[in-house]
Amino acid sequence: MQVTGTVLTTRRVDAYHALTVVAPGIAERYRPGHFVSVAVGGAYTSMVTRRAFFIHDVKADYGGTVELVFTTGGPGTAWLAERRARDTLDLVGPLGRPFPLPRDPAHCVLVGSDYGSAVLFPLADALLERGCRVDFVIGGAEAERVFGAMRARRMAETTTLTTQDGSLGLRGTVTDALPSVIADTRADAVYACAPMATLRAVTAVAMEFDIPVQVAVEESMACGIGVCMTCVLPVIGDDGATRMVRACAEGPVFRGERVRFEDVGTIPFDALGAPGGGVRHVS
Amino acid sequence: MSVDMRTFLAHVELANPITTAAGCASSGRELAQFFDLHRLGALTTRSITMAPRAGRPTPRMAETPSGMLNSVGLQGPGIDAFLERELPWLAQRGIKTIVSIGGGTVAEYSELARRLADAPGVTALEINLSCPNMEDRGRVFAREGSAAAEVIASVRSIMRYDVPVVAKLAPDVADIVSVARACVDAGADALSMINNPLGMAIDTEALRPSLAAVTGGLSGPAVLPLAVRCVWQVHAALPGVPLIGMGGVMSGKDAFQLVLAGACVVGVGTALFHDPYACLRIERELEDLLRARGLQRLADAVGLAHRPPGSAPRHLLVDSEESAP
Ligand SMILES: Cc1cc2nc3c(=O)[nH]c(=O)nc-3n(C[C@H](O)[C@H](O)[C@H](O)COP(=O)(O)OP(=O)(O)OC[C@H]3O[C@@H](n4cnc5c(N)ncnc54)[C@H](O)[C@@H]3O)c2cc1C
Ligand SMILES: Cc1cc2nc3c(=O)[nH]c(=O)nc-3n(C[C@H](O)[C@H](O)[C@H](O)COP(=O)(O)O)c2cc1C
Ligand code: FES
Repeated sequence: MQVTGTVLTTRRVDAYHALTVVAPGIAERYRPGHFVSVAVGGAYTSMVTRRAFFIHDVKADYGGTVELVFTTGGPGTAWLAERRARDTLDLVGPLGRPFPLPRDPAHCVLVGSDYGSAVLFPLADALLERGCRVDFVIGGAEAERVFGAMRARRMAETTTLTTQDGSLGLRGTVTDALPSVIADTRADAVYACAPMATLRAVTAVAMEFDIPVQVAVEESMACGIGVCMTCVLPVIGDDGATRMVRACAEGPVFRGERVRFEDVGTIPFDALGAPGGGVRHVS
Repeated sequence: MSVDMRTFLAHVELANPITTAAGCASSGRELAQFFDLHRLGALTTRSITMAPRAGRPTPRMAETPSGMLNSVGLQGPGIDAFLERELPWLAQRGIKTIVSIGGGTVAEYSELARRLADAPGVTALEINLSCPNMEDRGRVFAREGSAAAEVIASVRSIMRYDVPVVAKLAPDVADIVSVARACVDAGADALSMINNPLGMAIDTEALRPSLAAVTGGLSGPAVLPLAVRCVWQVHAALPGVPLIGMGGVMSGKDAFQLVLAGACVVGVGTALFHDPYACLRIERELEDLLRARGLQRLADAVGLAHRPPGSAPRHLLVDSEESAP
């Protein structure tokens, strides 16, 4: 649904901006893993596509609020960073398929890097409510970009932090730290949200341990509601066939081992409806 | 005063002039989560192809000033799945549906028409002519009047007489009027324009094209003036032919421009990505504008901007006579 929300608070959290918006209808339907799309630039903007953001938190205040956490890159996020309390914001959501939760209490490792860890906190809440054990592995390039370390420490059994420059926690990436965390906690499942390359590595680790992994992916999206077909990636279905599926509608959460990470950015030759041979986008 | 928004696409009556643009509403289900599709004049499906198509590699989208580029490449499940799952879903609900088709050869378009000829729920057939012609080194059909005409003539001969065949034209051609005329001469009951002109963007950080497919179709407000020009020229040359105008319509005012230029139906595409309710809002805004200009019927506004300078708009005369004491 579409909601014209009012910005309640804005704050800086290390390298990130956080924005809390009153959006009752969205908060009410929210499940961990959902995202919203935000119209940016105001009424006469030249930016015609919405920007997608994971929902970091929902609260019941004022009929329901959602909190977004983001970094600034291009003009859309820069505009968003300038919003102040009482500004209005046009949101569509909640969108996408949320994280599936285990039926029985399980040991779960939650892996996030950069703002990707933001989406894991409401997930951790839901898992804890079900009696699961939660352990966090959170990373970023430098200390400033490790999001939510304090909160993770409060809620998780163990929290492992990683930075590429070694300024906080272990030097390295979340995937470097993951195997020992899985082993030590005797994890039953992994949940991850991070850039594609990291998700690929996380999935490889989970597969080595032979435990299921749920990943939340990010693809360039024009609509976020499943009508434009721009956000597709190759995913293997229950029938074993690869299809180009929509990250916004069938995802953003997928079973990691079903995503053909190495083929993202191409049409694999064996994908349903592929032309004679896939065209590789060199990247 | 309520405005009579009914319009005719050839002999088919639509309750209002707003339709979704091909490829911008998938096959309806996603938008149905937001509003009742019966409130559309019609729903236009994505272009259906014979075989399932995986489309082009990603990234398929790049935002550009007041617009976007896409290189989806007609991703879709193919005609069998469309007839099995998608069309019946629309037909059972009685949603007026313009089915768009795309092919690489005249034979492929013809086969698609054959498959759709007896399918219930096809309000009209829109022929996407912006597809590469496999028999002409991949030149798109819409570039060449004779190639477009060949497709239209074949499809028209196959389709039931009571289902209008609409030829969808591309704007980036040397002479859109001659392609339009060729399609009408070949039997097109209506024309639809504009499809995406080709564009390109380069990522200045990665130092290479933003789209994996290098070039892509430009849409959104950036193309509105191009659409208005095309509709204007074609309506001037072929005033009796019903036109579906589209390209960059974000507001009722944009739609009104296309109507004044000669469109009796208006397609909304990229606006849906920004606002899932765009069609309803645009219809309401268009109705308000017609009312504010004293126009009681949408039909009175179609092509109105073509009247010679200095001539009083007929409807306003009628209006003042009626309101005289
Ligand atoms: C499901 C999902 C959830 C996301 N959650 C978050 C989040 O919680 N926090 C956060 O900081 N960012 C998140 N992103 C990425 C965020 O959408 C982009 O950073 C943002 O769109 C960039 O906009 P811009 O105008 O600053 O950049 P520009 O580069 O100018 O954007 C131009 C166009 O490219 C698209 N685009 C650019 N980068 C991305 C990207 N990484 N992913 C998708 N589309 C992109 C934009 O939507 C826009 O249409 C998420 C993306 C997706 C798909
Ligand atoms: C993502 C996307 C997919 C499209 N797919 C099709 C298609 O399958 N068939 C077609 O005839 N036109 C297709 N189009 C063109 C639109 O129908 C429309 O003609 C064009 O985008 C101009 O309108 P707009 O500016 O309102 O989007 C597509 C456009 C976009 C943006
Ligand atoms: S973003 Fe449009 S279909 Fe996913």
